[in-house]
Amino acid sequence: MKKGEVPQHKSILESANLREMCYAVDENGEYTTALSTGWDPKTIALENALKEIEERVETAKQRVLANEASPIVYYMELHKMDLGILASYVGLWKWRVKRHFKPSVFKRLSPGTLQKYADVFDITIEELVHIHP
Amino acid sequence: MQIDFTHKQSAHCENGVVSNLMRHNGFEVSEPMVFGIGSGLLFSYLPFLKVNYAPVFTYRVMPGLIFNRFAKRVGIKVKREKFKKTEDARKRLDANLANNNPVGLQVGVFQLPYFPEEYRFHFNAHNMVVYGKQGDTYLISDPVMEDVTTLTDRELEKVRFAKGAFAPKGHMYYPIAFPETLSLEKAIVKGIKHTCRDMTAPVPIVGVRAMRWVAKNIRKWPQKLGAKKANHYLGQIVRMQEEIGTGGGGFRYIYAAFLQEAGKVLKNEKLKDFSKEMTEIGDQWRDFALEASRVYKNRSVQTDAYNKVADQLLDLAKREEAFFQALRKAV
Repeated sequence: MKKGEVPQHKSILESANLREMCYAVDENGEYTTALSTGWDPKTIALENALKEIEERVETAKQRVLANEASPIVYYMELHKMDLGILASYVGLWKWRVKRHFKPSVFKRLSPGTLQKYADVFDITIEELVHIHP
Repeated sequence: MQIDFTHKQSAHCENGVVSNLMRHNGFEVSEPMVFGIGSGLLFSYLPFLKVNYAPVFTYRVMPGLIFNRFAKRVGIKVKREKFKKTEDARKRLDANLANNNPVGLQVGVFQLPYFPEEYRFHFNAHNMVVYGKQGDTYLISDPVMEDVTTLTDRELEKVRFAKGAFAPKGHMYYPIAFPETLSLEKAIVKGIKHTCRDMTAPVPIVGVRAMRWVAKNIRKWPQKLGAKKANHYLGQIVRMQEEIGTGGGGFRYIYAAFLQEAGKVLKNEKLKDFSKEMTEIGDQWRDFALEASRVYKNRSVQTDAYNKVADQLLDLAKREEAFFQALRKAV
């Protein structure tokens, strides 16, 4: 890549006033660095990945509202987590967290356990138990 | 207190931290030099490991390995500390700062407040330098940022104790012993040889063999997984290749910069040509990303489009195989 060809496309980085560093060759063939505001192919990839997450969150929400899953599933997706990550944040075995995904089990959770989840998601127990459509 | 520390932006966080810490201790080593000597370049495919619901593709070695190899090859001693208690982690950090010693930290990205929300994933192998503390606020030099920044006590604790894969556990590191003079020649040769060996290794999950495996799988994805998932996987490849920290082209440009610099240090004219060739390979990786992005942009389901992307990857594998076989003999 030549220095003049370092892409300066619009991206999310701009909003955060951030530019990333790329390596490129100058007119004499010597390596140098240049800052880039973004490149479309990867911006699209990131946008697609984020859209995917949004869809997952929405699906989870519908499942919670239909009483097919506990609110933990919704908050897990909202925080871009998966089972393994969530389990390590709450400090429980994966199989236990998975059990808590069931609405029937979730209903019987102790305040202590609920507080653990609420702390991880940085919300109150009230917000954890009642999610709004 | 504030330690007199020069922040210099770099493409990749780990190289950047090492390069900046070295400069602070009076040794000028560029980012590509750290990357090359530490044998940072790789290609690896781990289909049994999933991140963000897609397999892991990586263009670099495991976090931490670059610094370890670099340190060993140039004769630096690195002290590393991990902690069980957040309290201990903070005390040790403060003690180092009071001692006028800036330290490197491994942190998670998800709760890093100065990163754009969209970039915050559960990635736990980010690196930064702490170079001071004012009241409750730590002074941070994050190599991928243009300028220095700050984090509060609480914010820093959260990112130091992020959970999940590669949990940092407060991981703190800094060089403690240096050689009298830094001689890079032998280290460079070792670094290059190691990378050549990795890239041409006879195992399916690393190097050119991994590229061929990915290419083979790409052809199968549209039928096997459906268009949606296939595109998601393809997007994951491009993101790993071009995300912040790679310097473009899946670290290939940084490596080309290293070869150029190495040529000057070793007075080996041949390495100049290798650098040029590596730049072209980097360009070809960019073309590959562009082609892949066309597929997932249009959400096309044509198998032909996937085959074309796979063919490009096979070309790259062939080219890199020849490249690293020749490079090995040149040093």
